[in-house]
Amino acid sequence: MKRTNEMIVGLAMVAVISVITWALFAVGDNMTPGVTPFSKDVYELHMIILGIVTVIGVLVFAAMFTSIYLHRKSRGAKAAQFTHSTKAEVTWTVIPILILVVMAVPATQVLIDMEDTSGAELNIKVTGYQWLWEYEYIEDEIQFYSALDRDSNYARQIGSTRDPRDVENYLLEVDKRVIVPTDTRIRFLLTSNDVIHSWWVPDLGWKRDAIPGMVNEAWTLIEEPGIYRGQCTELCGKDHGFMPVVIEAVTPDEYRAWVDSQKAEIAATENAAERTWTRDQLMARGEDVYQAQCASCHQGDGSGLEPAFPALAGSTVATGAIEDHIDMVMNGKAGTAMAGFGQRLAAEDIAAALTYTRNAFGNETGDMVQPMRILRLKNGVLEGGVADTGPADL
Amino acid sequence: MTTQTAHADDHHHEPPKGLARWLFTTNHKEIGSLYLIFSLAMFLVGGAMAMIIRAELFSPGLQLVNPEFFNQMTTMHALVMIFGAVMPAFVGLANWMVPMMIGAPDMALPRMNNWSFWILPFAFLMLLSTLFMPSGAPASGWTLYPPLSLQGGNSFAFVIFAIHLMGISSIMGAINIIATILNMRAPGMTLLRMPLFVWTWLITAFLLIAVMPVLAGAVTMLLTDRFFGTSFFNAAGGGDPVMYQHIFWFFGHPEVYIMILPAFGIISEIIPTFSRKPLFGYTAMVYATASIAFLSFIVWAHHMFTVGMPLGASLFFMYATMIIAVPTGIKVFNWVSTMWRGSMTFETPMLFAIGFVILFTIGGLSGVMLAIVPADFQYHDTYFVVAHFHYVLVTGAVFAIMAAAYYWLPKWTGYMYDERLGKIHFWWSTISVNVLFFPQHYLGLAGMPRRIPDYAVQFAEFNMISSIGGFAFGLAQLLFVYIVIKCVRGGEKATAQVWDGARGLEWTVPSPAPLHTFDTPPVVDDTVAVHEDKVPS
Repeated sequence: MKRTNEMIVGLAMVAVISVITWALFAVGDNMTPGVTPFSKDVYELHMIILGIVTVIGVLVFAAMFTSIYLHRKSRGAKAAQFTHSTKAEVTWTVIPILILVVMAVPATQVLIDMEDTSGAELNIKVTGYQWLWEYEYIEDEIQFYSALDRDSNYARQIGSTRDPRDVENYLLEVDKRVIVPTDTRIRFLLTSNDVIHSWWVPDLGWKRDAIPGMVNEAWTLIEEPGIYRGQCTELCGKDHGFMPVVIEAVTPDEYRAWVDSQKAEIAATENAAERTWTRDQLMARGEDVYQAQCASCHQGDGSGLEPAFPALAGSTVATGAIEDHIDMVMNGKAGTAMAGFGQRLAAEDIAAALTYTRNAFGNETGDMVQPMRILRLKNGVLEGGVADTGPADL
Repeated sequence: MTTQTAHADDHHHEPPKGLARWLFTTNHKEIGSLYLIFSLAMFLVGGAMAMIIRAELFSPGLQLVNPEFFNQMTTMHALVMIFGAVMPAFVGLANWMVPMMIGAPDMALPRMNNWSFWILPFAFLMLLSTLFMPSGAPASGWTLYPPLSLQGGNSFAFVIFAIHLMGISSIMGAINIIATILNMRAPGMTLLRMPLFVWTWLITAFLLIAVMPVLAGAVTMLLTDRFFGTSFFNAAGGGDPVMYQHIFWFFGHPEVYIMILPAFGIISEIIPTFSRKPLFGYTAMVYATASIAFLSFIVWAHHMFTVGMPLGASLFFMYATMIIAVPTGIKVFNWVSTMWRGSMTFETPMLFAIGFVILFTIGGLSGVMLAIVPADFQYHDTYFVVAHFHYVLVTGAVFAIMAAAYYWLPKWTGYMYDERLGKIHFWWSTISVNVLFFPQHYLGLAGMPRRIPDYAVQFAEFNMISSIGGFAFGLAQLLFVYIVIKCVRGGEKATAQVWDGARGLEWTVPSPAPLHTFDTPPVVDDTVAVHEDKVPS
């Protein structure tokens, strides 16, 4: 009688717990299957393991609740006094081992496939910075930075009047997307310039850490054109939550066209640093550069975040001697989060940002910095030499 | 079995009164109480930080705190909860219960015991004081990964010194527990007659001694990198930032088991008591605990599958991690078998123990998922991981501590706690903790990284649900504080036995346990052994 009771209640418990579990899966989000062969393998692996652990969980909990229901003192249950059963103990040691082997086989296969980064048709080097990404297309010689887009950056500030819900792809949009061709085996080389970051696009099926002093590699082959979004996933400081990754996969033909357009753009700006810029040109460019490179610390309105990130509005550096200001931006300040941008940015960008910060936020110094001056500094012409006298407008 | 312990403590000195009594006490019960009170205070401090985190994450956009302070909160929440709440709670329980369970009069090294405790308030004062320093509290996560942690200001030195002190406290506590268990057992209390709580703590203490110095070494290298110009972890100086992660997790993974093995011990005491049936598979439980402890030393790199390891290393750490499921499974099956055909009642300690078994198992099963390397490339550093380790640490370790508190409160205070309020506390906590952490699985799978102060709007609903659960869970713990205070102040008198199914030496002394117990050691044999799983001869 007792056994029959236990069977009936046990089956009822299995049914109830299965329904609850199914309901939990039904209301929740799941992992994306993604758009690469690897991401689909990972998704399948995830579903297999999830299925196995769910069944185990349902059975264990059903046994437990059966016992809780039947073997309670209030139902008059008398306690048995058995303390072990070799047969049962061997069973529940051996069966889990077998289940683990079943899990390990596909996991090993997928991992071996994942780790083989040979045969790449396109290499893209990804460098993490606090808090944006740099992309270098090694074969196509294209290089650019990709930072949080301006709408998100505006809406994310404390006290912002803009509701994040009104921003399309809030926190998951960048100012310049990574364009990649579909059906092409792409190898990503990941590293960092400062702290450890981690580059993740869920639709590609993996994330990899970008570590200073190391180059990690991983590959992908995107099968469907589309825009795929992800984020930095290793805590990298204050704006860890605000350095998205956005990939746009296009057909190989469209990719070639994009590469050509980028090259044309590079050619057009090739001598940009050597010509004289107008104040308006510098201010317009400067605002773009400032918002992308500087605003995350010094804030969009130059108010800074004391004490770590000084305000630029009315600052002694931004309104003081221009040489000191240039030195600060070019070489950074040791022992603080202020990085040196001398190697990172083009001469015209540095000049524009300097000009902008010296004349925005109420800093009405009225002066400006010509790209030529920065270019000479970058090329090793000493400040204070002939180059320093520069154009008359200083 | 006769009670051996009710003599007057006339040959002991009168304890000093007032504050001096607590400052200079060498009594294991008083030090145990100090640990438990301290741990409860830190639980509330760490909980308050969690409330700030959940409040900021209530809706998208930044409303309350700036990202830098948010990072300080996530970092401090973890440090306070791990080193301030969970670990001292277990040490407090060990202090109170281990001598009574093995029939010893006190801990083996009572003065060191006093010092182990009194280091802690100063360590945490120092750690918490960084919140008020110009460069702020640490904001690089409790793992303190360089190079990020090295960007911190001068307050970082205080953090490291505080961690050193916590380590010294833990190591001394562990030495004391090992010395007590190995030297001071009552006649007849053979190792395989010890209660499982004693066993799990013995193994935990060895883990502590093995790994706390490793942590001390790791943070000392951070200290010299930050302040004295070394380059252990600085790539530009020839160092390796990933080496820190290897060293840290060589400490960190055993640390995880330091926080769960004593919980296994507690649950293995409570379930037999309320099932009125001896623990199923006692010997297997001991061996499973030892196996888990051993495995904890060879799985550390599963915390860092995404740093780019050689294929062979990834496979090794994946297989080793999966194997942990076997001894852990044995434990869960044994608990269920202990209940099977028992005669169960469901007082608050049993409710928390059952809650533990179910919810810890959920955390364990998601742990198996995380072990699968290719899938971990998706799960890693997302809210899926946050959900996983909160299931094992909150509904695991913390639930076990709650269960232990309800189970032994009558023994400590001499009064029964308010059973009705205890049950309300259990149900309120259990429902809210699942509302808090279960949706975080979905958030992680949908792609929300951890340690971010703001998120894309597609994550808004589950974050809001999670925050509501968080506030409710936080409030429930204030009820716990009330229940404890109420029980200390009075209530229904507790008997020596307290629970009618309770077995073991601690239940042979009166409630409340007198200041000194087992001045004359009891004699233990199979008739009074705390379990009936005879060692095969």
